[in-house]
Amino acid sequence: MLQIPLWNRLMITLVVLAGISFAMPNLFYDRVERHNDAVAEMEATGISTDALEAERALWPEVLPSTLVNLGLDLRGGAHLLAEVRVEDVYEARLDALWPDVRDALRDVRDTVGTIRRQDAAPGELRVRISQPDGMGAAVAAVRALAQPVVSLTGVGSSTLDVRGENDVVVVTLSAAEQEATDTRTMQQSVEIVRRRVDEAGTREPTIQRQGTDRILIQVPGIGSAQELKDLIGTTARLTFNPVVGRTSDPEADLESRQILLPSLDEPGTFYILEQTPVVTGDDLVDSQPAFDAQSGVPAVTFQFNPTGARAFGEYTSANVGAPFAIVLDEEVISAPVIRSAITGGSGQITGNFTIEDSTELAVLLRAGALPAEMVFLEERTIGPELGADSIAAGETAALVAFAAVLIFMVLSYGLFGVFASVALILNVGLIFGVLSLIGATLTLPGIAGIVLTIGMAVDANVLVFERIREELKTARGPARAIELGYSRALSAIVDANLTTFIIAVILFVLGSGPVRGFSVTLGIGIVTSVFTAIYVTRLLIVTWFDRRRPKTIEV
Amino acid sequence: MRLRLVPDETNIDFFKYARATFGASIVAMVLSLGIWFAMGLNFGIDFLGGTTLRTEASEPVNVGEYRAALDALALGDVSITEVFDPTFAADQHVAMIRIQAQDGQEAVTPETINAVQDALRTVYPEMTFPSVESVGPKVSGELITTALIAVAASLAAILIYIWLRFEWQFSVGAVAALIHDIVLTVGVFSLLQIRFDLATIAALLTIVGYSINDTVVIFDRLRENLIKYKQRPLQDVMNLSANETLSRTLMTSGTTLLALLALLILGGDVIRGFVFAIFWGVIVGTYSSIYVAKNVVLMIGVKRDWSKPDNKSGTQFSNIDA
Repeated sequence: MLQIPLWNRLMITLVVLAGISFAMPNLFYDRVERHNDAVAEMEATGISTDALEAERALWPEVLPSTLVNLGLDLRGGAHLLAEVRVEDVYEARLDALWPDVRDALRDVRDTVGTIRRQDAAPGELRVRISQPDGMGAAVAAVRALAQPVVSLTGVGSSTLDVRGENDVVVVTLSAAEQEATDTRTMQQSVEIVRRRVDEAGTREPTIQRQGTDRILIQVPGIGSAQELKDLIGTTARLTFNPVVGRTSDPEADLESRQILLPSLDEPGTFYILEQTPVVTGDDLVDSQPAFDAQSGVPAVTFQFNPTGARAFGEYTSANVGAPFAIVLDEEVISAPVIRSAITGGSGQITGNFTIEDSTELAVLLRAGALPAEMVFLEERTIGPELGADSIAAGETAALVAFAAVLIFMVLSYGLFGVFASVALILNVGLIFGVLSLIGATLTLPGIAGIVLTIGMAVDANVLVFERIREELKTARGPARAIELGYSRALSAIVDANLTTFIIAVILFVLGSGPVRGFSVTLGIGIVTSVFTAIYVTRLLIVTWFDRRRPKTIEV
Repeated sequence: MRLRLVPDETNIDFFKYARATFGASIVAMVLSLGIWFAMGLNFGIDFLGGTTLRTEASEPVNVGEYRAALDALALGDVSITEVFDPTFAADQHVAMIRIQAQDGQEAVTPETINAVQDALRTVYPEMTFPSVESVGPKVSGELITTALIAVAASLAAILIYIWLRFEWQFSVGAVAALIHDIVLTVGVFSLLQIRFDLATIAALLTIVGYSINDTVVIFDRLRENLIKYKQRPLQDVMNLSANETLSRTLMTSGTTLLALLALLILGGDVIRGFVFAIFWGVIVGTYSSIYVAKNVVLMIGVKRDWSKPDNKSGTQFSNIDA
């Protein structure tokens, strides 16, 4: 008959209590958030001040303090979807390979003759040899430079594809190596974007890789997508290139392997540079904003790692008296003349900087250059006031919906309606508890999902109550009717909710942003509503029935 | 005294006007498709690419002046809509401005957005822009594909699930009802030119979820009654099942609509389109589970002997200690 084992009762009560206690901090969102911020800051810095202690005291340590994350549409902030031009890296890789290729071909000079690098499409390295008969030896020599690909899928293949076209050796990265490179580029880009966003000290940014070559960046609380782009969109690629000449002609003739770049400070001035840099920003270990000791203008200091220091030292000692260019993102910041060999591996850049510029540049250089350019496919800015308005509107709507459904249920089912209402209140508590526990993000459609769940959650109860009503007609006593009502309605409840749950899963897998937030609350709402309907209300009804033992019941 | 949406005993013949209701459904679907093709959908930037700005000023929105200010920038197709909402303050005047995707650009450049904002500030200097969103054509194209896949995937998943749990005839009936709901909802979006964006797709899928929920409950009862009354004609058993579950169907739709109505009126304009879609879908979905899904099953006919193998699958959940 109507019995629920003790352990079962305990489990149900425990789950409900746990859910409610995890949901509770959300009722005091502001206090808990300030408490959490204070704790995080004290942990990060190790310093505790009176002000921080006071903030921390806003919420007792013993209580759960996890909160539901608010999505961008509720908190305000910026959202960017960036595409990384992964192909950019192939070119840099081949550039870096060029000295080795040159040396390898020089070793077999007797058979291949003189060599000359040619301009080529991005992602290709083309070298002309003067004795086409030696092509076989040339290809073999370059092939010897290839290494096995280091990746799970590319095992067994080599990094380079080398072929001969008449008198030209063409080197490209193999498909497996391109894939492995893409993966590294993306990891690096995500990491660098994260470092730059973290340096700016914003709260809970989301930085995720999406698909093969995209990065999703969401930063709550930032003023606009533009600010965010300024922060992360700069490649900050620093190189030191030998200077060939200076010109004011933007169409100046270039020899092979030379580039023409504009000057940052002097409009209309262009520098002809050798394309292959001596050292790049990759070899930097540190960079700080500073002031120039002599002139007092803002400057940025840098420190190379040993490899960079050696290369820089060798170049400067061999080229005393010649100018070299400091190039940042395709612009020449300055082109000083080398006065003496710089062997210590550190130096300083001065340009037409403001203090903010030098600070920002130092941050960017320290975080590292993005390996490839990023193109922004999607930008969204949501103001904090709009988010606050949405929360307020969502709250009112949820409360009204809640009250309306409760009244409706009590009017329709009397005491059983009250039980269902209690379950419904617990249900919303459980949804928030689970959302907080798994660190899910609540979005505006997510609030709609909760309101929808409020409406739909009573469905399982309605199914059971209607079934009990029907079973009561066959008049085999109220206890039997309640039991049959539950067991016979179960298959309908399971089928009905499983199909909706499938939809929630599909929405989660295929959706993004707010839609995903909706699917999360919908999915959680289905699970908790089935739980509260078949366990919690049943427990309430059975407990009530045990105490009162009514001869007849009215549902 | 209890509130009863339907009397305890009902004996409505849902097939009495089967031709009329089914015909009406078909006509409505054809009309929806017709409107859809004739008027098109008011796609949001999620699907079209482009930029939307939400403007807020304390002076009333003057669409003409806004347009005149923007015309100088030659941005192509610009649409300006005033937004009304009961939750707005008296001096809160909001408009949505949509600018088409600019040729040769992915997301709209900051220069364009700044130019637009400066131009609008010539109308009201203290105008603010609570949200600015920009989607490039590349992403919007993919979003359309993903949305279509999502809708197709959910229909397929439901087709398979119902097939496994019931019979293939039931799954055809259920999916027919779902397509009916989707088409009618898209038709209304086209007719009223409500913005159709990614959230609308989510709403469509929610409708699918709700409608199938409703249909399954009736099917579940039908299966049970088919075992109970082996000799009665299918149409009678269907009527009996629909009548037995009618109270529940209307109760659940009632509470859901009540909750949605609160959201529709008080939930703010940002999600109104989304909520409206679900609201409409719940009405259509309730109708379709009573009048479309069963009719389709009746037309195809269904295996009557449920006693042996299917009996097992039908009750496999009944043994769970609830």
